[in-house]
Amino acid sequence: MTSYESRDAGGELSSPPAVELIGITKFFGKVAACDHVDLTLRSGRIHGILGENGAGKSTLMKVLIGLVVPDSGRIRLHGTDVQIKDPIDAAAHGIGMVHQHFSLVEALTVWENVALGDVGRMDRRAVRVRVGEISEQYGLHIDPDARIADLTAGMRQRVEIIKCLRRDPEVLVFDEPTSVLAPSESAFLFEALRRVVSEFGKAVALVSHKLGEIMSATDDLTIMRDGKVEASHPTAGSDAGSLARAMVGREVKLRGVLAPEQHGHEPAPEARDHTGKVPLLRVVEATKHGSDGRLLLDRLSLDVYAGEIVGVAGVEGNGQRALGDLLSSLLSLDSGGIEVQGRSVATGVAGAVSRAGVAVIPEDRHASGCVLDFSVAENLFITEPELVSRFGVLDRRAMRSRATELIEQFSISCTGPDAPMWSLSGGNQQRVVMARELSHDPKVLVAAQPTRGLDVGAIEYMSEQLRAAAQGGAGVLLISTELEEVIDLSDRIIVISKGRIVGEMLSSAVDVERLGLLMTGTVVAHE
Amino acid sequence: MSEIGTTAIDEAPDEIAASARLRSRFGTTSEVVGLYAICISGALVLAAIVVAATGGSWGNVFTAIIDGSVRKPGRIGLTIGVATPMLMVALGTIVSGRAGLVNIGQEGQLVMGAAFAAFAGSRIEGPGPLALLMSILFGIVGGALWAGIAGILRYWRKVPEVLSTLLMGAIAANFMGYGLRNTWLLLAPASGRANRNQVSEPLPANMRIPRVTVFGNEFPISAIIAVLLAVVLWFVLGRMVVGFRLAMLGRNPGTAKRAGVSERRYGVGAMFVSGGFAGLAGGLMLAGGDFGNYQLVANFGAGIGFAGLLAALVARQRVLVAIFVAFVFGCLRTGSGFLRATGVSGRIADVVQGLLVLSLLLPPALLYLRERRRALAASSVRV
Repeated sequence: MTSYESRDAGGELSSPPAVELIGITKFFGKVAACDHVDLTLRSGRIHGILGENGAGKSTLMKVLIGLVVPDSGRIRLHGTDVQIKDPIDAAAHGIGMVHQHFSLVEALTVWENVALGDVGRMDRRAVRVRVGEISEQYGLHIDPDARIADLTAGMRQRVEIIKCLRRDPEVLVFDEPTSVLAPSESAFLFEALRRVVSEFGKAVALVSHKLGEIMSATDDLTIMRDGKVEASHPTAGSDAGSLARAMVGREVKLRGVLAPEQHGHEPAPEARDHTGKVPLLRVVEATKHGSDGRLLLDRLSLDVYAGEIVGVAGVEGNGQRALGDLLSSLLSLDSGGIEVQGRSVATGVAGAVSRAGVAVIPEDRHASGCVLDFSVAENLFITEPELVSRFGVLDRRAMRSRATELIEQFSISCTGPDAPMWSLSGGNQQRVVMARELSHDPKVLVAAQPTRGLDVGAIEYMSEQLRAAAQGGAGVLLISTELEEVIDLSDRIIVISKGRIVGEMLSSAVDVERLGLLMTGTVVAHE
Repeated sequence: MSEIGTTAIDEAPDEIAASARLRSRFGTTSEVVGLYAICISGALVLAAIVVAATGGSWGNVFTAIIDGSVRKPGRIGLTIGVATPMLMVALGTIVSGRAGLVNIGQEGQLVMGAAFAAFAGSRIEGPGPLALLMSILFGIVGGALWAGIAGILRYWRKVPEVLSTLLMGAIAANFMGYGLRNTWLLLAPASGRANRNQVSEPLPANMRIPRVTVFGNEFPISAIIAVLLAVVLWFVLGRMVVGFRLAMLGRNPGTAKRAGVSERRYGVGAMFVSGGFAGLAGGLMLAGGDFGNYQLVANFGAGIGFAGLLAALVARQRVLVAIFVAFVFGCLRTGSGFLRATGVSGRIADVVQGLLVLSLLLPPALLYLRERRRALAASSVRV
């Protein structure tokens, strides 16, 4: 331990930093995930990397651990240029990463999981003892013989940390470590991290989009937006407001290729005044606990009126998926309910919400949007086969000809109505889902992450369709983690955090700073 | 991978992959035929080696199988009689398979069906055809209930149907054993028994399924009805909304639920129908005359339930193919009856039969694995 202290005492500012990323650039197709990004990690300090979803944080970290090879840029470790070709290379250079999603075998014990991937003869005793030692040294409180299945999310994460620390890395990268943790577990994690840097002199990079934890847990921070570094300075002395603004962008720029006059459209004045009207969709005090006891939805209430687009903004993992599932009849509430046009609809009953007139473009189309083994034509009629059948017998010809029309109308690129769904590209699968949901003339359209994984043209098309649906008198609920998309498309924005709606604002009077603070859970709206 | 990573690169490689996959589907037919050819000839070679090594003549063995199943006069009729309940079981298996359920307890459901039918048959009074129908209806109900219990447990308490159907098969066997020891259930009155065997009362002559003779081949008319039933099922599953929704449940439960397919209604329903077919098979075996003397005996199922399950797997869940496959399985069974006469020991004959069954099962299993891999690959390419 003294050796670390002496290194610390040597004044880390004079010695070369543990990691320098210089001018890292990485293109995926035409999109720059990282555009001349510089990042410096020093031993003995926690460096926060802050940014929205898709700002390029993850890509940058993947460059560091060798999962992504950059198009250009240099990596220097302790002042020496190195090439990192793959994660094994990175590990050899003393760089380890704790991923957002755990890779643990539930049926095995902690030490067995740690030993997984080792080659050669396994020395059970040595591994067990080492796991115990690491756990004690870093104060992680993990029993080497505990079964993973019995551990909480926070403890599982600590097992991942042990896996990482066993190789004695100098640089530790944490990708969204608190996204699955309860607040107390997060606090525990940050204590452990503090010990890792102060007592053992390691450099830690902490990737997050939660402003609060970056503010409290880090020494330095870098804010990324659209693949570029927006700001980089010590954490002390910075204020949450300006950070939120830097993260979200002072003015929200339009993604894609829409002409300026097409976005930021003023909603018709009467669309805003809803007094005395019955909302098309109403969610009332919806509460749902997950199987692990965590609150997925916490007295969530929202209204959607005819002709408006309501955007649900929020950081991923704050109940958006549960909300989408609720409106797809995939989730039954513990308490609360939903109403469509003032009529209450049973939750979790197969097809009930759909029958009430709610169309859904789901977040995960493979889970609840389409059947990959069915043909395109079949997928276009899975919610209402009655439209192409008589006396319970499917009229395959009618189905095919209706499908051909829809394929043309929605420009679905496929070999024909009989093409199997799995043969289509992701964007075209999404178009099939959209064609089906829109063609049945829905009262309410729920679009959950509708542009995820789509290219620019497809995004534009999707946006137009959502606007058209609202103009046609439907109520549109847009659930998205892409803040720009929400601001760009919505008439009204509501913010979801930890399974509840914490704030609301009109998009014509959007206060980006407040929005950022609401999303990151830093402030709660006065209600 | 961040969202950015999947946007632009999504389209182009995808299209290439898709066309490659399409091509592989077109190549499927010749591949399947080739696969079967390889597997069956492999089994024949192995069987020949086994037979020759144990001092038999393998030439005689294969002649015997062909003679016993189709070549000798009247044997086709026998084969049809054996294949009929197999086909019924196979149809039931396909129904549950469409819903994504793995019912492997057909043997037990079949036994329950036969027991119910025998119980009803010994008690129902009335004109023969009506009594026969009632008895078979009881058989259907017996099998349906037995599978239905597993279906209900599956959706009510998440009990895996693979286990419950199999284990309930063991219960069914004991159930029948108990029934055959008690006159108030199934055991024939003492006067009706020639010896001390535990058998049920034979069905009266007017409650037996009529038999027809075509070109010297005699079989029960239930065989014709079975084929008609297969065609009806093919229409229901392939052409009707109910079949469409059932397939949706099997292929993607999430999408199905959203689209209004109730797991409980369709899943449990499929299980009842699946067991109903197995029960029907039991009833037809009892009243058909190809399996014993129109009466229940110990071990009445004779492995027909398992054979039917295998037939459905070999047919890869396709109804019309199952008709053919059931006939082939019938051939194996009737053919092996002649095998003993060649001087090959009974156990070796069983080994030969087992090898042939295995050669038929291997290709569907391999094809299934390949499809799984393809599906996994497709889902990992896309986001």
